[in-house]
Amino acid sequence: MSYTRETDHGTPPAISTGRSVTLTIDGDTVTMPEGTSIMRAASLTGCSIPKLCATDNVESFGSCRLCLVEVEGRNGYPASCTTPIAEGMVVRTQSERLKQLRRGVMELYISDHPLDCLTCPANGDCELQEQAGAVGLRDVRYGYDGATNMGQAKDRSNPYFDFDPSKCIVCSRCVRACDEVQGTFALTIEGRGFDSRVSPSQGRDFLSSECVSCGACVQACPTATLTEKKVVEIGTPDRAVVTTCAYCGVGCTFRAEMRGEELVRMVPWKDGKANHGHSCVKGRFAWGYAQHRDRILKPMIRASVDEPWREVSWEEAIAHTASEFRRIQAKYGTRSIGGITSSRCTNEETFLVQKLIRQGFGNNNVDTCARVCHSPTGYGLKTTFGTSAGTQDFDSVMQADVILVIGANPTDGHPVFASRMKKRLRQGAKLIVIDPRRIDLVKSPHVEASHHLPLRPGTNVAMLTALAHVIVTEKLYDEAFIRDRCDWDEFAEWADFVSEPQRSPEAVEPLTGVKATEVRAAARLYATGGNGAIYYGLGVTEHSQGSSTVMAIANLAMATGNIGREGVGVNPLRGQNNVQGACDMGSFPHEFSGYRHVSDDAVRGQFEQAWGVTLDAEPGLRIPNMLDAATDGTFKGIFIQGEDILQSDPNTHHVAAGLAAMECVVVQDLFLNETANYAHVFLPGSTFLEKDGTFTNAERRIQRVRRVMAPLNGHADWQIVQLVAQAMGLGWSYAHPSEIMDEIAALTPTFAGVHYDRLDAEGSLQWPANDAAPDGTPTMHIGGFVRGRGKFVVTDYVPTDEKTGPRFPLLLTTGRILSQYNVGAQTRRTANAAWHPEDRLEIHPNDAENRGISDGDWVSLKSRAGETSLRALITERVAPGVVYTTFHHPDTQANVITTDYSDWATNCPEYKVTAVQVMRSNGPSDWQRDYAEQARHSRRIAPLEAAE
Amino acid sequence: MSDENEVMSTEDRLIYMANQIARNVAALGEAEAVAMTADHIRAFWDPAMKQRIALLAAARPGALSPIAAAAVGRVVAL
Repeated sequence: MSYTRETDHGTPPAISTGRSVTLTIDGDTVTMPEGTSIMRAASLTGCSIPKLCATDNVESFGSCRLCLVEVEGRNGYPASCTTPIAEGMVVRTQSERLKQLRRGVMELYISDHPLDCLTCPANGDCELQEQAGAVGLRDVRYGYDGATNMGQAKDRSNPYFDFDPSKCIVCSRCVRACDEVQGTFALTIEGRGFDSRVSPSQGRDFLSSECVSCGACVQACPTATLTEKKVVEIGTPDRAVVTTCAYCGVGCTFRAEMRGEELVRMVPWKDGKANHGHSCVKGRFAWGYAQHRDRILKPMIRASVDEPWREVSWEEAIAHTASEFRRIQAKYGTRSIGGITSSRCTNEETFLVQKLIRQGFGNNNVDTCARVCHSPTGYGLKTTFGTSAGTQDFDSVMQADVILVIGANPTDGHPVFASRMKKRLRQGAKLIVIDPRRIDLVKSPHVEASHHLPLRPGTNVAMLTALAHVIVTEKLYDEAFIRDRCDWDEFAEWADFVSEPQRSPEAVEPLTGVKATEVRAAARLYATGGNGAIYYGLGVTEHSQGSSTVMAIANLAMATGNIGREGVGVNPLRGQNNVQGACDMGSFPHEFSGYRHVSDDAVRGQFEQAWGVTLDAEPGLRIPNMLDAATDGTFKGIFIQGEDILQSDPNTHHVAAGLAAMECVVVQDLFLNETANYAHVFLPGSTFLEKDGTFTNAERRIQRVRRVMAPLNGHADWQIVQLVAQAMGLGWSYAHPSEIMDEIAALTPTFAGVHYDRLDAEGSLQWPANDAAPDGTPTMHIGGFVRGRGKFVVTDYVPTDEKTGPRFPLLLTTGRILSQYNVGAQTRRTANAAWHPEDRLEIHPNDAENRGISDGDWVSLKSRAGETSLRALITERVAPGVVYTTFHHPDTQANVITTDYSDWATNCPEYKVTAVQVMRSNGPSDWQRDYAEQARHSRRIAPLEAAE
Repeated sequence: MSDENEVMSTEDRLIYMANQIARNVAALGEAEAVAMTADHIRAFWDPAMKQRIALLAAARPGALSPIAAAAVGRVVAL
């Protein structure tokens, strides 16, 4: 795609009333939806009215007065951005008088604007410059000797963009974008008249203000006032390619705007159906890791992890990998090796890795990083509804009347969706938050939860059952829906169970720590407040009862009839970009793509026929089982693509012991991650910018990832897996990822209609996309559940075995922060470190005072599993008795602390509940110092021998 | 659970996992709980794990809860 700016129609589309209006614009008769502005109607007919303060991602404002038009029969010159079209209206967008007026307006703007266009970073990409040309401005009569706003100091504090107030025309587009699009309200216009200034957090610089650096203001700015530093450094782009973000499960699509092979900026794509032209600090700005000096670009091998790495050719690395795996299988058996697929990689790549293991290794020892995040979603939603997927698209939230957020922190974890949710909340939807922490959604500008239920970690099931108790005993359930759509007998059994007195809000208050009156009020609101939509995250799944909690959520939605239409549903917020896709692609050890069990003879037969081998009918090992088997000496080799289990999985000591016990650990990644400390082969990976493929986001939306530059390591990840497969004797010959998708479609009923030509034409498809749903499925379970009748499951509260006691009196829960992403491998290698340079331990003031801890002190954090040290952050966001930290930094290694307790159904680790003690300390622990030294030792790369 | 540092052995973990499944479905009543626990182990455990839990059930009577023991007996007959 060559470079053209996306069309800006000036004002957003009208809210649909279903009615149309016919009018005349410059002599042409046009029909448009009622409520459309004259500006937008004109633009849609190809007539561009000059504008400055208007842009189509924020509501019209009517301040610049450049878009004046004439309307027959009306006095004056109305602003076309704020004037809606009307039946029979006759509009003129061009006349001598309008030219004169617009030129006069523009003359005033330019009289207080530097005329340094040739050296301005926005030269050629500046709306002020463009509009000055459009209105034919040739002279400024006022001169430049009077007072001006030029020469004001630039604010360069933000690592990604500059703020140059001398170029500001005070159009308020940035302020409105911050308010309306992002919902942070960090910007304001300070002062009046000539003294008006854009101001972050009233007089702060951008970095220290409330600004979350989403970049919506930069995108909205029509001048060079807010400009990406990369544009200043490189220049304006000359081509653009639409692709999909590789961070969270929202799946924002971007225009990767390039100058040659160099990425200049990522601009959220307005036609992106997940993000509608918005982004967060990670997706828009934090892509510098792709060119970071730490990237490993050559394959490396070593005989022992005590040796330094040796750079080798691709041929040698691939041949060594294949021969090691074959050697191990010959010695220890077919099931002695396995692999892990990555939720950061494409559908096509994960499909190939599981195929390599099933077809090439001859077993089902494949697992994926969803094991440690959303595997309970797979189990819970498949059991109750019939398939492992969220029920809605993101747009559905705009029809919700009551939003229940449990165990999720969308403003940090899924910020672009959170902005949309906040928009709906500002429109009047009610909010219930169930979370031990007072997350931002509980109270932020213009958003306040009706009910915050700050439950004690580990009591989700008791809480959800108490909500169900109220709904059933107060007869707030939707009997017609249940009788029509669910199994009534199962409902009756469940209703009897939840109605028992010991499950009432009053009875469980001592367990959950939440007032019964608040629980009752929340239950009534969810059941009776209109469309009820539930959004949940890892605070639900990462518990010993993660799967039970997912099923308890599904029970609530079915009982209240909140399934099968827009505005309702059960929505898991997926952590990584392709968690949904990795699960869809058969990455779990018990099922093929499309969630079909390996023991199903008919399904297995299809794969056997397609792949020409006999496949194992028994489930394989999950990640923790692989590590157990490794320490027992029966599991000896592993292929790990794009996953850092040493940092991200629980009980680091146990993971390290498992890896150390293997004879061949192959890591395919961008960087020498923590797991690579125990690797024997390192295969350098490619970034999302360097390959083609697809990601599937949390709303089951399959979107294209497009190569915008050549892989720095020489191969896209799918090609590397193919090389390994070929070296192991498999006759793979894919020429392009589209061929892999064709194979997926042929073998997976829910993907039967998914092909690259359709994705390119439609922009995206939401599975199921097949003959029954040719255009995909935005909302699931309309008219009936995938499994037939919805299944109510009795979910008994079983307390975790991780208990507090005298030695470990506090409960640790973990999570992530806006600016960093998971183990931080990507974001730590960007300027995002400015916001979060280290993991901190959040501790309540009472707990801190009892321990003599001051803000910023080093503290030791100790559990039954291990000990680490980090600095304290004293805050009332956590309740007394609860502490919280992130896991973004390997220096901290928060997972040294977490235990190997896990979900009963899926072995998803119980990250959210660890009994700990916190004490003052003098700095990093001995273990941290030893680990740092071991990591440094392990990452040595032998110098190349000089050529003779 | 004591306050001492503990890392479960693989065998202890297998017993713990079987008991944990049984405990979480116990509210369904014994017959259904046994069936569900057995189905779960059959569907999600690899063959070596199934074999090993069966051996453990024989070697450590009482380590498994009655529901878990009955379920293991259904999955693998030694």
